Amino acid sequence: MKYLHLVWAALMRRKTRTALTVASIVAAFLLFGLLDGIRVAFAQLGKNADGAQRLQTTSRLSFIETLPKALGKRIELVDNIEAVTYASWFGGTYQGPRNQIFSFAVAPNYLDLYPEIEVSQAERDAFASTRTGILVGEKLMQRFDWEVGDRIPLQSSIFPNSDGSMNWSFDIVGVLRNRAGKQGGFNDQMLLMHYDYYAESTPYVDNEVGWYVSRVSDVRRADRAAKAIDALSANSPHETRTMTEGAAIAFQLKQMADIGMIVSAIMGAVFFTLLLLTGNTMAQAVRERTSELAVLKTIGFSSPSVLMLVLAESMVLVVFGGVLGLGLAAAASAVLNLVAGDMIRLPGIEWRSWLLGLGLMAAIGLVVGALPALRAMRLNIVDALAGR
Amino acid sequence: MHPLLKTLLQNAGLVAALLVALVVWILAPWYVLLAAALAVALWMMLSHGGRQAASVSQVGISTLGQRLGASSVVVIGIAGVVAVLVALLSMAEGYRQTVGGTGDATSAIVLRGGSVAEVMSTLDRATISTVVQAPQIARSADGRPLASPELVVAATLPLRGGAPGEDGSVQVRGVGDMAFQVRPKLRIVEGRMFETGKRELVVGKGARKQFAGLDPGQPVRLGSDTWQVVGAFEAGDATDSEIWADAEVVATTYRRGSTRASITARLTDPGAFAAFKAGLDADPRTQVEVSTTLDYFAKQSEGMSKVLRVIGIVVGSIMAVGAVFGALNTMFATVAARAREIATLRAIGFRGLPVVVAVMLETMLLALLGGLLGGAIAWLLFDGYGASTLAGGVGQTTFEFRVTPTLLWGGLKWALAIGFVGGLFPAVRAAQLPVTTALRAG
Repeated sequence: MKYLHLVWAALMRRKTRTALTVASIVAAFLLFGLLDGIRVAFAQLGKNADGAQRLQTTSRLSFIETLPKALGKRIELVDNIEAVTYASWFGGTYQGPRNQIFSFAVAPNYLDLYPEIEVSQAERDAFASTRTGILVGEKLMQRFDWEVGDRIPLQSSIFPNSDGSMNWSFDIVGVLRNRAGKQGGFNDQMLLMHYDYYAESTPYVDNEVGWYVSRVSDVRRADRAAKAIDALSANSPHETRTMTEGAAIAFQLKQMADIGMIVSAIMGAVFFTLLLLTGNTMAQAVRERTSELAVLKTIGFSSPSVLMLVLAESMVLVVFGGVLGLGLAAAASAVLNLVAGDMIRLPGIEWRSWLLGLGLMAAIGLVVGALPALRAMRLNIVDALAGR
Repeated sequence: MHPLLKTLLQNAGLVAALLVALVVWILAPWYVLLAAALAVALWMMLSHGGRQAASVSQVGISTLGQRLGASSVVVIGIAGVVAVLVALLSMAEGYRQTVGGTGDATSAIVLRGGSVAEVMSTLDRATISTVVQAPQIARSADGRPLASPELVVAATLPLRGGAPGEDGSVQVRGVGDMAFQVRPKLRIVEGRMFETGKRELVVGKGARKQFAGLDPGQPVRLGSDTWQVVGAFEAGDATDSEIWADAEVVATTYRRGSTRASITARLTDPGAFAAFKAGLDADPRTQVEVSTTLDYFAKQSEGMSKVLRVIGIVVGSIMAVGAVFGALNTMFATVAARAREIATLRAIGFRGLPVVVAVMLETMLLALLGGLLGGAIAWLLFDGYGASTLAGGVGQTTFEFRVTPTLLWGGLKWALAIGFVGGLFPAVRAAQLPVTTALRAG
């Protein structure tokens, strides 16, 4: 860009106006960054490579119904199924119902199916040999200031203990960490306990489990395996529904709220407003410079290059503001996570959001610059210099 | 004093004054604001400076049409902020009204000790018979206690208009004949009541809208059984998202034996609740959690509506900041375009204040228009817009966005605040511009 200094001079012509326009673009992309970070994080839950290999089997009746424990043996025999594990919802809370904890009672082989969760061999052995042992996610440990070796009280909001009260106590024997480089959703915020200990202690579990997770050896035939699993209990009182882990999570989230719809509606309003604001600024800037542009043409700048000059100006404006805004969003979510502790957890700005953001900036820069640029290109030198 | 330092100090003073004004603006009730508006109007009519301000404003406002493009940017920018803000807040409001408005102070709900929601609770036969005998429970004409032990389970059903295999979760409530007497608001609006002992369902208005096939006369598959929908009911609250069936049949289907999840009881009077709760807490035979239905549902809606409100205000604030910059830009441009005119006025003896007031009034007028437009858009598009979310643990609760007058008034306040900030700096600049410089400009 040998004309960069020209674009720069045009932008610096009215510093206040340029600064204010950039500021409103920053606000719009700050919002975009925060919202799209949330959208991407939701969209990605369960969509990692490990998740595609896993099938989740729950009761067709509803997700709170339980399944017979005997079903696991039959799922293992289904073609394409490598390994099967099961888990039950424990409904744990810590120090009162406000602190809900993702707590599951799991089969001994549960961790084998989740290679993205990292637990040291020593801790796995300790878990296997301690009846009241639990493995706790890294973030959860930090949230309540727990340490390995602590004995902690938990209340279940569903299941009473063998003494009839809702109070349970467990020994922390290890920490669940996300294996480096893996996006694992809630893995570092959950708590795992022994299914056997839980089932023997509470009178309500009658050889039933919450759900099954099974690993397929061939991902391409996962759908057929899912159908085969559901066929095992068709027309029984325990009909099941099996889908890949990713589909199951998407299904759950969709019931919470259509995040994608809400985010796009807000962003639509924001960008419409932005287009208008910046478009108006650009139109003004070009109107003011009519005679200068005419001079440029007089000294030999071609019409297309004048068009490009104005377009470049609007692009620089929008991209500069946009990158600043996205950067601010990244910083804001990092700061918010620090300050808010674990009350709110915003995801960082993913590369996907950056990519989408840059695309939007380019598009908005083009749209906003198009009309003024066309006007500048079609400028009649004589009329413009005469001030007509 | 160095002139640059002076401007700097002046601007700092202006920002401080602005912050104070905004805090007052947010906190002040409508009559204080009305009084302030009246005071300004009186000043404009009665004092010399005021009359000057009025005439300058008149000129500014009458020439708005010539600056249509730029002015409409302010209006539409602010309208966008207000529309998004009001829409998001109306979602929180609708949710709060639907779920929070479900209970009342003269009925109580009894759950198992430690349970926060009905799905997590199980009461055995002995506890149920103890609870319903409490003397504070009102009695029907034939002397039976107005208490309804109920069962709550979740069922998976296909969504209306969804892709094949796209299912949602609905709350199924197993009830006895007392359920209607403890909920006076609820009535059957179509078809008939289910018959005891049969696989028949009555469906709430919201559930019917949400799920496919829930129309009277239709068969519905829940798990491996086929049920018959025989009627539809309406209560105007969160109950509308449920489907109801005979408690015994539900208990058999979902293998719940003789246990129930909760007891809803109508009390003899609102004052009886304390005694009712104290009696059950003291009874060694029962371990239960007792609250009025009003408290119970208010607590169920609290978390979600707070989250929605916070999202609305955060998004609204960021957008408002963007719109303020847009308004500043436009108003600075307006002031620049009218620089010579304003300088002429000042040259012939108009003081600075009337000029400031005139520019401010112009911006506030644009902001008012924007606020009204935004409120109208939110109201037209979103009032009564149906939405649903997973609530209370198991079932999707349907609710409608509620654009209330309070929300519209709040939106208008935001609009005027944006206009105030966006107009103040350009107005002060217009008043401070050296007359000679301005006269040479353009």
